[in-house]
Amino acid sequence: MSHGSGGRASAQLIEQLFVKHLDNPLLAQGNDGTVFPSPGEQLVMSTDSHVISPLFFPGGNIGSLAVHGTVNDLAMSGARPLYLSAGFILEEGFPLADLNTIVASMAQAATAAGVQIITGDTKVVEKGKGDGVFINTAGVGVVDSRRQISGERAQAGDVVIVSGSMGDHGVAIMSSRENLEFETTIESDSAALNGLIADMLATEADIHCLRDPTRGGLATTLNELAQQSGVGIKLKEQAIPIKPAVHAACELLGLDPLYVANEGKLICICPAKQAQQLLAVMRQHPLGSDAAIIGEVIEDPHHFVQMETAFGGNRIVDWLAGEQLPRIC
Amino acid sequence: MSQAEVIRVTGTVQGVGFRPFVWQLAAQLNITGDVNNDGQGVLIHAWASQATLDTFAQRLKSEAPPLAVVDSITRSPLSQLSPPAGFSIVASKHSQAATGVVADAATCPACLSEVFDPANRRYGYPFTNCTHCGPRFSIIKRIPYDRANTSMAAFTQCPSCQSEYSNPADRRFHAQPNACAQCGPQLWLEDNLGNKMGDGIGDGIEDNSGNTNHHAIDRAAQLIQQGYIVAIKGIGGIHLAVDACNSQAVDKLRARKQRYGKPLALMARDEAQIRQYAELSPQHSQAIASPAAPIVLLPQIQPANTALALGVAPNQNQLGFMLPYSPLHHWLLRKLNSPIVLTSGNRSDEPQCIGNQEALERLADIADYFLLHNRDIINRLDDSVVQIMGGKQTVMRRARGFAPQPIKLPPGFNAPKTVLALGADLKNTVCFAKDGHALLSQHIGDLENPSAQLDFRHTIELLAQLFQSQPDIIATDKHPNYLSAAFGVQQAAEKNLDTFAVQHHHAHIAAAMIDAGLPANSEPLLGIALDGLGFGDDGSFWGGEILLANYQKSLRVARLQPVSMLGGNVAMREPWRNTLAHLFASGVWQTLAKGYKELSITEFLSDKPIAILQKMAAQQLNSPASSSAGRLFDAVAALLNLCREQQTYEGQAATQLQTLAEEYRPTGSERSLPFDILNTSGLMEISWQRFWPEILQRLKTHSNLPQLAWLFHLTLAQAVTRSTTQLAQQHRVQTVMLSGGVAHNRLLSEMIIQRLDSNNLHCHIAGNIPSNDGGIALGQAAIALANLK
Ligand SMILES: [Fe+3]
Ligand SMILES: [Mg+2]
Ligand SMILES: [Zn+2]
Ligand SMILES: [Zn+2]
Repeated sequence: MSHGSGGRASAQLIEQLFVKHLDNPLLAQGNDGTVFPSPGEQLVMSTDSHVISPLFFPGGNIGSLAVHGTVNDLAMSGARPLYLSAGFILEEGFPLADLNTIVASMAQAATAAGVQIITGDTKVVEKGKGDGVFINTAGVGVVDSRRQISGERAQAGDVVIVSGSMGDHGVAIMSSRENLEFETTIESDSAALNGLIADMLATEADIHCLRDPTRGGLATTLNELAQQSGVGIKLKEQAIPIKPAVHAACELLGLDPLYVANEGKLICICPAKQAQQLLAVMRQHPLGSDAAIIGEVIEDPHHFVQMETAFGGNRIVDWLAGEQLPRIC
Repeated sequence: MSQAEVIRVTGTVQGVGFRPFVWQLAAQLNITGDVNNDGQGVLIHAWASQATLDTFAQRLKSEAPPLAVVDSITRSPLSQLSPPAGFSIVASKHSQAATGVVADAATCPACLSEVFDPANRRYGYPFTNCTHCGPRFSIIKRIPYDRANTSMAAFTQCPSCQSEYSNPADRRFHAQPNACAQCGPQLWLEDNLGNKMGDGIGDGIEDNSGNTNHHAIDRAAQLIQQGYIVAIKGIGGIHLAVDACNSQAVDKLRARKQRYGKPLALMARDEAQIRQYAELSPQHSQAIASPAAPIVLLPQIQPANTALALGVAPNQNQLGFMLPYSPLHHWLLRKLNSPIVLTSGNRSDEPQCIGNQEALERLADIADYFLLHNRDIINRLDDSVVQIMGGKQTVMRRARGFAPQPIKLPPGFNAPKTVLALGADLKNTVCFAKDGHALLSQHIGDLENPSAQLDFRHTIELLAQLFQSQPDIIATDKHPNYLSAAFGVQQAAEKNLDTFAVQHHHAHIAAAMIDAGLPANSEPLLGIALDGLGFGDDGSFWGGEILLANYQKSLRVARLQPVSMLGGNVAMREPWRNTLAHLFASGVWQTLAKGYKELSITEFLSDKPIAILQKMAAQQLNSPASSSAGRLFDAVAALLNLCREQQTYEGQAATQLQTLAEEYRPTGSERSLPFDILNTSGLMEISWQRFWPEILQRLKTHSNLPQLAWLFHLTLAQAVTRSTTQLAQQHRVQTVMLSGGVAHNRLLSEMIIQRLDSNNLHCHIAGNIPSNDGGIALGQAAIALANLK
């Protein structure tokens, strides 16, 4: 497609492409704003912009990721996601066939997650001013007002559960971007977690915190939670599920899987006595089959996240400001 | 004719029995007057004849108590006319701000003879001490250093102890931890199930003083002799002890601690016993018998010729020995026929335990028995480690016996502001500095470890208290991911203080400059930093640099060729990655499979996923380039099949490479392997392009491993010396500092110092502070002070 003069034809083409994949009665209103019935008393809204290289990777592409990202952000507050918007920034010359694939994946991901994309926008920028395609998604959901799922509710005596293996997404992206050929192809875990969360909420367990360990990985997310709740967290290294292929890739690359991004996993913090029940329910769901209790919440004025290593030692799992940089002198 | 004088004594003169010493000397010489402690040291008013006062002043210095360090004695006339009747000790008015808290000191000969004298009331009492010896820093909670502010507060002195404590003529006058079996701390033995045993109460043996403590030690000695692992609570922490001549016991200890490879420290009864296992030069002997009682690295006698278990120090040619430094240790060692392994009581690489409960929990599956006591250890203090290098004592780990002895800063560091420097993340120490003094903390360790991190925070609080000063400026390392730096930034934000970020290797060099006594306004000199890794001024990783530096500034003028650290931190654990990176960088990798097919390294590396590793290097995927000297050592070590797959502790490969090299007996006609000194855009670079093909060729044709290891040391030494000499001419510099972790490699450092010396360059390496990251905090403090506006 092109930007500027003569853009009318391609703009139409794009319109058709979107309509072809995303068509639904609300989107079909065709007005500047989409009118929809108020679905409940407490609304939740979230937005997220997606930039990723490469755009296509094992286990998904930027389209499915843009849907999963926002659906998950809504779901982590205990909400039922309903509607999404989608804004595209396309770089001049971006192949329409690729865009077609991306939008098709979005449609598929939205259907699977039970949400509708009800409004959208497209801009084309000059070549060199974008990176293929950027997608912003915003979402609206409803939440039961009796729910109190929040990052400041973790307390001593709670346990920390993860829904599955850590690090899949980040390693998949890196290997695909850098063309690293590992023995087994590592796939991104990109997935919508609202179904799993619905099952978890149905148990009536008092879930204190839910969060998806995306950028910065498990380590960074747990540090955020420890800080917000004013507690410490103690992990057991051996309890943290990591796929052998991801483990091996991290070993070779020198990456710490605890800092590697996930896009289809959640962290749940709940009272210890409800953990087993919750875990059993999670394991019934395909996205929670590897769920595990990985640690406990403790009192700690320093809000350390620490981990008992496989050797029986302890180490602090700190925030990471940027890259994983070597620090051993 | 009677004269009157005011005599001011400065230095480490408080808490070391200085006032009673003055009192006794005055009594001997018939001097009247008084003595007291104040904020600056000891102040004496003395009346006597001129000749007597001269003798007095001279003997104050020459006969000072063993733990005292007299910096200066200044005398001035006193106009007061009437002399007092006698000589008195005036009660302290001040805290010990300027004079510091004294380090813990090994049992003195006088106390030792009491402990082994059956007629003495302290016979067998393991907590015997006096003003010349005993625990200090390990038991202090806050200043002033009075009993109430130490963990001795829990014990009230009996009348006998109290009278010693109050008698100026007594060796125990104001000895804060003074104690005896009647009133002081008690020792007991229990098994790992918590059953108390062997405290003598049940077995009817009791000596005339009612002291049963030593029976617990006797039982512990028996258990050690039988091959058990006994945890022993000492001065600065809890150790694990086994018979050093019992291989099974040593192996069991290693297996349970999951500590493989890293040499274990030893304690021997006396120097004669050490001589059965290691060589003890007069210099070594002086170090090991000093009140600090550090672990001293000694040349090992061929292990095959001794009874020492081979597992004590595998692949080493040195042994780390120390002598008993508390009555408990003395008694224990006299009950045993061989030395003991005395290693820190911890799991893998954690800081050692200090609390009884902590030890019983953490060490339950390591130790069989626990010899514990009820005096709390307040400050964790590891055993210090020193070696003799280039003819002088060099501290490698500065803790028990040395810390927190204040370091007198050279002239020009008298800014009225207080700097708190937070050091590096591994081998962490912290440092307070102001008014010409620095207080460098004990070795704290790896800040990624939660208990070390707590020690770090606690030590900062305690030192602020000891130093009676809150920081104005916080100095940190420039590394963006250092926990120490993050803590500093956070503290500074909370307390509204300035921060000052110091480049890692500039700090290494500044630390050596302080050790050399160079004043704050020194001219730029050349600093050789041979190190593991530090964050550089240009955002890349450094570790083999020559800096043109004074305290205020530093400029990198030379570096080792930067090479990828394949996998970042992992490159430090797995030496082969560095070999591969060097082979990639020198272009030898392509020819390796053809030209050097028969070498074991070729086969080894071919099994690795080379395509991915090549991409990691080319695309710098988590594989930053680094000019690290440490990684160069790893690369050569792995080539020679030392720790090729991995090293289990920091510096293992490098130490083994040094050990291997020291097997070689040089003929004097050796020539170094090839290297190049390139000069591109003002930055000198030592290139290894021609080195790698050559060493591979030698390995292939006449593989004499010790010779190759030695030649590598020679090559690095020559490369460093030649570039330093060129730079010295260029910048008109005569003084060189050698620092960084790699500078603890004796063979290399001695080669460099000697060669620079013959090029008329004076090269200094720190003696009283570690050249490794344990000295970083001091360097940071000096640089921050020197940069104050
Ligand atoms: Fe360093
Ligand atoms: Mg998000
Ligand atoms: Zn003594
Ligand atoms: Zn007593």
